[in-house]
Amino acid sequence: MLNTGFPVLSALILFPLVAAVVLFFLRGEQTIRVYTLVVSLIECILVLPLLGFDTTTAEFQFVERVAWIEAWNIYYYLGIDGISVLMILLTVLLFPICVLCSWKYIGKRVKEFHFCLLLMTTACIGIFSALDFILFYIFWEAMLIPMYLMIAVWGGPKRRYASLKFFIYTLTGSTLFLAAIVAFFINTGTFSIPELMEHRYTFQFQIWTFLAMALAFAIKVPMFPFHTWLPAAHVEAPTAGSVLLASILLKMGTYGFLRFSLPITPAASDFFAPLMITLGIISVIYGSFVALGQSDMKKLIAYSSVAHMGFVTLGIFVFVSRGMEGAIMHMVNHGIITGALFLMVGLIYERSHSREISENSGLSKHVPVYTSFLLLFTMAAFGFPGTNGFFSKLLVLLGVFEASYFLGVLFLFGLILGLAYLIRLMLNVGWGTPSKGAGWKDMNIREWIYLAPLGLLIIYLGVAPGRAMNFIGPSVENLLNNFEAERHLIIEPGLQPGPVIEQLIPGPILEQLQPGPSLEQLQPGPNIEDLRPGPILTSGYDSGCEIETGQKDEFAGPNLAKIQNNLLLKSKY
Amino acid sequence: MLNFNPLLIIPELYMVALLAILFVQSISNRLKDFVGWVPLAALLGAVLAGFSPTSSEYMFYESYRIDGLSQFFKTIIFLGLAICAGNALRVTTLGKANRADYFFFMYMSTFGLLLLSSTVELFTIYISLELASFSLYILLPFRKNDPRAVEAAIKYVLFGAVATAIGLYGISYIMAVQHTTYINELITMQWTFSEQPLALIGLVLFLMAFLYKLALFPFHFWAPDVYQGASNETAAFAATLPKLGAIVVMVRLMAFAPGVEVTTILAIFAALSMTIGNLVALVQKDVKRLLGYSSVAHAGFIIMGLVAGGAYGLAAASYYALVYMVMNLTIFWVITRISQDGRNVYIADLKGLHSSSPLLAFVLAVAAFALVGLPPTAGFIGKLFLLNSAWEAGFQWLVVVAVINTALAIFYYLNLVRHAYTLDEITPSKIRITPAGASIALILALGVLYLGILPQNIFDFLVHASTVILS
Repeated sequence: MLNTGFPVLSALILFPLVAAVVLFFLRGEQTIRVYTLVVSLIECILVLPLLGFDTTTAEFQFVERVAWIEAWNIYYYLGIDGISVLMILLTVLLFPICVLCSWKYIGKRVKEFHFCLLLMTTACIGIFSALDFILFYIFWEAMLIPMYLMIAVWGGPKRRYASLKFFIYTLTGSTLFLAAIVAFFINTGTFSIPELMEHRYTFQFQIWTFLAMALAFAIKVPMFPFHTWLPAAHVEAPTAGSVLLASILLKMGTYGFLRFSLPITPAASDFFAPLMITLGIISVIYGSFVALGQSDMKKLIAYSSVAHMGFVTLGIFVFVSRGMEGAIMHMVNHGIITGALFLMVGLIYERSHSREISENSGLSKHVPVYTSFLLLFTMAAFGFPGTNGFFSKLLVLLGVFEASYFLGVLFLFGLILGLAYLIRLMLNVGWGTPSKGAGWKDMNIREWIYLAPLGLLIIYLGVAPGRAMNFIGPSVENLLNNFEAERHLIIEPGLQPGPVIEQLIPGPILEQLQPGPSLEQLQPGPNIEDLRPGPILTSGYDSGCEIETGQKDEFAGPNLAKIQNNLLLKSKY
Repeated sequence: MLNFNPLLIIPELYMVALLAILFVQSISNRLKDFVGWVPLAALLGAVLAGFSPTSSEYMFYESYRIDGLSQFFKTIIFLGLAICAGNALRVTTLGKANRADYFFFMYMSTFGLLLLSSTVELFTIYISLELASFSLYILLPFRKNDPRAVEAAIKYVLFGAVATAIGLYGISYIMAVQHTTYINELITMQWTFSEQPLALIGLVLFLMAFLYKLALFPFHFWAPDVYQGASNETAAFAATLPKLGAIVVMVRLMAFAPGVEVTTILAIFAALSMTIGNLVALVQKDVKRLLGYSSVAHAGFIIMGLVAGGAYGLAAASYYALVYMVMNLTIFWVITRISQDGRNVYIADLKGLHSSSPLLAFVLAVAAFALVGLPPTAGFIGKLFLLNSAWEAGFQWLVVVAVINTALAIFYYLNLVRHAYTLDEITPSKIRITPAGASIALILALGVLYLGILPQNIFDFLVHASTVILS
């Protein structure tokens, strides 16, 4: 694994945290705003070393690993690969934008707001770079607290309801995820995500853990039956909150699928793929239809997020490299586009004090620059060629068609619906009647500054997506190779694993399996000695549980040994 | 043999000295009011206990044992006592006349708990328990002008007397079958239902006395009433320290690795305790009553570690005992600060706390999120240890119940934070808080975070200590 001297990821995570502590001692609203902006710009400089990401390998890079709680084998373990690097870049990029867009919007309790913003940055970067399951879970949950406060304190009129719903929904989803993490640990003796990926699990075990994890991710994404928290939270959140929700938070769900579900529980992912695809398609079509009927701009964009994240889910669960690359690209692109759209809504809200489309119609005459930006962003959102949305949607479309024509047609239908609701938004806001906005100021410099980078990125990623694709290419390939090798590999608890693998896997794939560690662990050699002592047989237990007297102290090994003993015992009788 | 070595029991002797001083104060009219030194004395006790030797030694004809576990619990009991006593210094519902008596009984009760952490013979355990309980019975009604305090005390006494009587009855079974009451001999015996059914029944009966202290379902009825009825400061004491005493004894008893019948029953009680505690807490309006039910839920969590057993399970339970104490002392500290005149605090009273006292609001948020079990607080890491050991021991269903309970619990804890942060008072007011009060609040909150972020050293120590008592 690639290692550099300077701990870039730790710096990215800890710097906002330290800055947040310092923030406590500052006074004066303007000072706090400027201070946070400077912090965010420094963060942007700190992230630059990540551009030196090695695009030829699928291994984790910028790895940092320090023992944290040795008694339970928990490590402070960071590292990124092609799937996460773009999300981290996006997070850091959005940070100054969030500060700038809240400049005027946040009028009360400024210090607390920026405190929450800094904590959010820490937690989000932590989520995308953690390679230890517990570390990941800590960031995953810790992120809820500042986000909750952001909605609950600085949100709209129904903010208390929306924030509570958001918190309870997401927390409930992730509680079973914790149980799954514990199950993985007891099964393997490690919390390290790369090591967990190399282990194999029985099908039964995969099914349960997949379901527990998928619930957490599906709520975050959000997928169809679990999406109801999203419109409420989006509509009530302040602009910066909406941007963070749409651009970063939702991506954590799909990131979870890519990082955990597919590599760790491949057979279960394969088994549940039809379900996930169905839910994805429903999200796309249902989300689009509901978006079509909205009169509130924020709600419209919120439902469009449900639809877009449905595209991403589809792209992931067709298990085709193009689809998956498209899905990851679309995570980034949707983050940029939807973030920008929410910024546009926040911007016009500061002028009209309404988010209703009818209150903001016909703006092209009075605020032309605003309208042109909105046009750019909506075009990107429905995937106009030349914008980034086009490219990633095209990739997902190719992937979906590769998997099934029927799905492809449904997908196209979703695309057309997307066009419909966005055109409706654009036409009304740009050229609808009556024409509002007389006397409104067009965009000022601050607004230019935070929208221009997003606009440039939209065009850059639309015209030249190659560099970004290089980032994710090897990782996706590696992920899919491993997945293909294991998706049909079902280890029954009663069988000895060794021969099963050989029977199931034809020659060539075996090489791709990276057989080193796992195969060695599977060889029964040492366990036979464990089996010798009498007590197990005499005490009449046929499970291996009794073997482990006194073994609990050395935690890493014995669990595995226990399982194998189990396997061996069962095969014996 | 007697093996009386005063060096080993310095914390206990120190406590006896403190009690003597308090006793003199309580009978002298001139000295009665002079109690400012009390919390500092307890802090010194924590230092003494913390630096005392932890190698395993028996004393007093093998009925008293000094080991890592006992010294750990003595240290945290002293620490908790220091906070409780500091809290109680400003009891407004207590007449000045009986201030020294109040502390005398508080310290006497703690003395019983100190003995509980070291006693390893069933009758000695029983006597220590009674010493701790009787002083607490006297402590509870110390609240001026509130009949609920007396009601709470009477409930606690009556139920408590029955529970300890049942415990004593349990000893008789154990003695009849195993012919000994010494834990170091009992640990070598058989504790399965098939081999020794009577002994197992005796053990369950004996455990009941401690489950009652721990407020585990179905022995939890006293907790909400006592929390609500006692004055805020007394409730802070009654909610934390006696439970530590119960936990340490249960850790020693569960080291017997009793048969699957006992662990299963306890696991079922734990699951019910969590669920019922959390469900009932959802509808509470009085913060202390809410915490009473939350303690019922937390008792279930601690039992998880105990039924899991083994060095890791017992260490996880002990660690969670510490975490539980710190979390509760933190939130009670906030409550006593908010309640300037000693009234009970209702959830609605928390409105606008962010403006009336930003520091208390922050500390309250830390404590509430810790009680839920959200990272990066101690509540999360403590629960994680418990879940790990329970799953390892084969209680998968209990782990699932426990994590679902986290989801149940979030609503009412978040409700506290929601009132403190998102709602505003109709008439804004400032809460006056002394620098000492503010700094202790901050230290407690940082303690909650510290235990969550760097649990390594303490947990290692506990694993070692539990390995010693298991062998």
